[in-house]
Amino acid sequence: MEGEKLWRILTAVAVLLLAAASHHHRAGAFQSDELLIEQEDDLGAAIGGAGVGVGVGVGVDPVTPPRSRKRYSDAAESDSKFQFPLEHAFGDSDFSPAGTFSARLKTWSHGPQTLTKLRFSRNALTEVDKEKFQKLLQDDDFYRIRLPSNVLSPPGRDYIVSSIKARCLPRDGLDEHFVIHMDGVNILAVNYGPPGACPYPRQLKLPAKWSFNSHTILKNSEQAPRTPVFAEEISLGENGEAEVVKPPEKSFWAKYWMYVIPLGLIVMNAVTQAMNMPPEEQAGGQPQGAAPAQRGPAAVRRR
Amino acid sequence: MAAIGTRVLSVLLFLSLSNLASSLYEDQVGLMDWHQKYIGKVKHAVFHTQKAGRKRVVVSTEQNVIASLDLRHGDIYWRHVLGADDAIDGIDIALGKYVITLSSGGSILRAWNLPDGQLVWESILKGSNPSKIMLIVPTSFRVDRENLIFAFAGGCLHAVSSIDGEIIWRKDFAAKSLEVQQVIQAPAEETVRVLGYVESSQFHAYEINPRKGDEIKHVNVDFPGGLSADTVLVSDDVLVALDATRSVLLTILFQDGEINFRKTQILSLVDDSHGVVEILPCKLADMFALKTNKFLVLAKVMDGGVVELVEKIKEAAALSDAVSLSESQQAIALARHENQKLHIIMKPVHDWNIDLLKETIKIDNQRGLVHKVFINNYVRTDRSYGFRALIVMEDHSLLLIQQGEIVWCREDGLASVIDVTTSELPVEKDGVSVSKVEQSLFEWLKGHILKLKGTLMLASAEDVAAIQNMRLKSSEKSKMTRDHNGFRKLLIVLTGSGKVFALHTGDGRIVWSLLVQSLRKSEKCDYPTGLRIYPWQVPHHHAMDENPSVLVVGRCGPSDDAPGLLSFIDAYKGEELDSLVPIHSIVQVIPLPFTDSTEQRLHLLVDANQRAHLYPRSPKALTIFRSEISNIYWYSVEADNGIIRGHVSKGSCSHDEDEYCFDPKDLWSVVLPAETEKIVASETHKINEVVHTQAKAIADQDVMYKYISKNLLFLATTAPKGSGEIGSATPEESWLVVYLIDTITGRILHRMTHQGSQAPVHAVFSENWVVYHYFNLRAHRYEMSVVEIYDQSRADNKDVLKLVVGKHNLTSPVSSYSRPEVTAKSQSYFFTHSVKAITVTSTAKGITSKQLLIGTIGDQVLALDKRYLDPRRTVNPTQAEKEEGMIPLTDSLPIIPQSYVTHALKVEGLRGIVTVPAKLESTTLVFTYGVDLFFTRLAPSRTYDSLTEDFSYALLLITIAALIVAIFVTWIWSERKDLQEKWR
Repeated sequence: MEGEKLWRILTAVAVLLLAAASHHHRAGAFQSDELLIEQEDDLGAAIGGAGVGVGVGVGVDPVTPPRSRKRYSDAAESDSKFQFPLEHAFGDSDFSPAGTFSARLKTWSHGPQTLTKLRFSRNALTEVDKEKFQKLLQDDDFYRIRLPSNVLSPPGRDYIVSSIKARCLPRDGLDEHFVIHMDGVNILAVNYGPPGACPYPRQLKLPAKWSFNSHTILKNSEQAPRTPVFAEEISLGENGEAEVVKPPEKSFWAKYWMYVIPLGLIVMNAVTQAMNMPPEEQAGGQPQGAAPAQRGPAAVRRR
Repeated sequence: MAAIGTRVLSVLLFLSLSNLASSLYEDQVGLMDWHQKYIGKVKHAVFHTQKAGRKRVVVSTEQNVIASLDLRHGDIYWRHVLGADDAIDGIDIALGKYVITLSSGGSILRAWNLPDGQLVWESILKGSNPSKIMLIVPTSFRVDRENLIFAFAGGCLHAVSSIDGEIIWRKDFAAKSLEVQQVIQAPAEETVRVLGYVESSQFHAYEINPRKGDEIKHVNVDFPGGLSADTVLVSDDVLVALDATRSVLLTILFQDGEINFRKTQILSLVDDSHGVVEILPCKLADMFALKTNKFLVLAKVMDGGVVELVEKIKEAAALSDAVSLSESQQAIALARHENQKLHIIMKPVHDWNIDLLKETIKIDNQRGLVHKVFINNYVRTDRSYGFRALIVMEDHSLLLIQQGEIVWCREDGLASVIDVTTSELPVEKDGVSVSKVEQSLFEWLKGHILKLKGTLMLASAEDVAAIQNMRLKSSEKSKMTRDHNGFRKLLIVLTGSGKVFALHTGDGRIVWSLLVQSLRKSEKCDYPTGLRIYPWQVPHHHAMDENPSVLVVGRCGPSDDAPGLLSFIDAYKGEELDSLVPIHSIVQVIPLPFTDSTEQRLHLLVDANQRAHLYPRSPKALTIFRSEISNIYWYSVEADNGIIRGHVSKGSCSHDEDEYCFDPKDLWSVVLPAETEKIVASETHKINEVVHTQAKAIADQDVMYKYISKNLLFLATTAPKGSGEIGSATPEESWLVVYLIDTITGRILHRMTHQGSQAPVHAVFSENWVVYHYFNLRAHRYEMSVVEIYDQSRADNKDVLKLVVGKHNLTSPVSSYSRPEVTAKSQSYFFTHSVKAITVTSTAKGITSKQLLIGTIGDQVLALDKRYLDPRRTVNPTQAEKEEGMIPLTDSLPIIPQSYVTHALKVEGLRGIVTVPAKLESTTLVFTYGVDLFFTRLAPSRTYDSLTEDFSYALLLITIAALIVAIFVTWIWSERKDLQEKWR
């Protein structure tokens, strides 16, 4: 416990330093402290398990802008906590509550509302539920979930429904993976399924542990890349020219080896032939003084 | 600036090197393409035969075409296709040299030069509120008068000078709350009369000075019974109207500033009238025609407004307007059907017992009933009156009848193509006679010698013409049998008239046509419309003795929940095999990838309640379906609600005993927020698309795996404000969101927002990419974007060792339930044109590189290489990327004039482009339809797998022969030389 406490303090200090470094205008000590507490909260959720013996993993999609920037950019923001339910159904049965998502809603002075710090706690499966789930596994039927389409005024216009073949979920426990597509306070769709592959044909496999292992990701829309506009042609052009000069970096040998080697061979061949001619013509009358010169051609001849 | 120059130069150089444009030479036009011009169903026709060297008829059609046709042959002298929202309300000829058209709900008045169709002037008429639309062009013009045209539209009467289109005066009647029914200019009188109702209980008549537009006289009378809007002018001073109950006829006489009226009970004319009575809008001169649900009633108005019955016609019939033969004599044509024969009877108005002319014509059964008759008279060589009749038939075809014969006929039903499918031709059978072969052998030789002459530049001008002619009319391409390359096919086309045509791809001729009985108006089905056409049965095992068939899907009425209808048609004979009318509503047709033992494809028809119905209704099909039921999913897009739902079958329908009906179960839903997103486009793969390989080798010997799932849906939504016209929203309040959705699980695989962009969106989906076209409000330009989606779960299969050992997942089946590991790459480019249709070439095995076919606003088809829309394009590609064929990044897509598939032609009113793979891998067949039809053959990567058609085999043979001869000659020479050497 001591170690954990120390660790928390250390991280808090680190985060404080980071936040201070990234902003030019100095924030008051109190505000930084507030940030600390929340950060700590998040860490707690990510590391330890919360709720009734159910593993909870929470992640926020990297697409959402960094939190610290939001924190200071707008003074008029407000922040409120709220919850919305997850319901499930086994096969064709009616939907019943299965868990709750809790999140913080941030309202910005210029309009849009965004969700942050989404957490999920699942209710433990009852005996009846287990039986139903086992039946689903036997029949290879669908396990269905649903979420409200508007988190502030559930259920909104309609429920967001998603289904998975029950046999995809069991691993050690029951592993599930949520990707919730959001637009402000509206949920558009939820990608629900196992965190990995679900090989076909689906084998019947009962989970060792009747509890859900949940992973949640929140996703907002990406911005499309802008159409390239070649307005700054000149600077680009300079780059272009610089790159034109680049190719000669290759050494002479690297570029022309394929020409040089045959040429060398031909030359050597010619030389050896030229060397061989005189000895054959003037058979024995060769002075011995040319020994070093003859060593090379001799070697070639042997080849 | 120099840098820009070098970049442009390098791109151009690249283009010229790679030659992406597959252009063709002038003498290749018409070799493998054909173009047919149509005008559509004729609404109005005006003859121009007096004192004219070229006899012509000017017509306006329901496809918003005005055209001048040659009366001798039916050819088009000139033609203009007005925009889709520019419907023509009236046409006439003024001053004997201008064609006047009133269009766009009476707001645009135009004059076209009669001989060549040039636009002479155009005037915009401003009206205040909707009303009847009338165009009055005085028949007799005098030099001393101002020659005014009167156009009534939008509650205002406009007097327009016919010479320059200047609006002389304008008089607003809507302000007086007058519902104008008729406007007349009597030729003898110097006034214009405007007749109308106020609150449908008061009849008003105005007399107006045509020169200045001031009111001369105004009288009105009360009708306590009320009046209906059905009126017809019988003569210059008699109007016939129906009262509000439609049971009493009113003859209104307005003479010398007084209005008198007389009531006649319709029951006194027709003793057993039932249903709604209508007055036909025919100008019959002293007569009028009533239509009840049983009869066509002709009645005459006598002096003092007394109505007298002339004739009751039981059969289907059509009436023409009256034509005046002389000052006092007028005649009407009556076309009636009797025993599959068409009778055309001309009768003078004053004496109904005389027939001026009676002609009986045997008419093709597939043309249906007569819809309209236009009559024109001429003076025969023996100085008696002759008549010619222009007839519009039920199948929208146009016929000219003269002297008891059909002079010409135009198949204008083909101007309203709804859907297209193809069918293979019959397999060639053995038993070709010897003489035929010899003859063709001789022809073959002759042809090749001619071609050889052409190649060796020895051909005279006549020979060149002969060669060209031979190439165009090669009997090879229009044969009625299957060919080795799969170029010859039947295009089976469903048209708006309910007629199905089979066109030969070789020359575009009509092989057969069928007016589908179940698509005709009947008691069971009030307003049948064709929706789609699908291949139903494609025999492979019994291709020699079984004919393929097609399925036509339609519905009775405009709404989604109207009962549906099905018709099965033999694709070779053009006979209806079977039909089902009426059945459950049809909102979606899903061809399944299964066939039963007779090779009929299983189809799932989804009705308005999302219940699925299986066809064919046979026990065998049911067994096949039941075994696959757990793997069959479908989805529905509620575009108005912004909800997409996925369904799976739950089991047989609970509400009825029908075992071919299956209840849906909702699996997933995507709910788009109504306040920020509205669905504007959705697109899926083509069902028959073939993908050759999943792997894509990229630069530096790396490989990427395409995410190829047939179950992907592309969806585009815009802000509700941005779904209107371009310019109705500012860039800040408009955005475009695109989605890639897996339709089995409802997962969103990719979601991306284009800020400041808006509809219209046109998209095409193929393999692992989607290309879409939209408007960028910030840049004030159209843009095209590409999204490519790659599978990451297979990315670690690159290790050769793993492949050898077998530790790879390449052979494991793909399940939609696995968590998709995909990456999407995207890039956008500017594109100059707005787009009417967009599609992609498809080939038999999917090896050939792809081209996008874009139907431009100029009604042409542009082929754009897919390589231009590659999200990996960079400004300075590396050497490896260049080798791969990557084009340096530019901000806009090039439009190369040579890459227009339609070369110099226009497919007027372009609506759709269909691509069909040929058997030859390099080649794809392209059929474009609109008001015109155009067909061609494309080879996106050149014909790398065959010799061109004009390859000279003779030249090859002669070269070989010459070489052999040369070898022998030189051998003999060398022998001789050797001998001489030895004797020396």
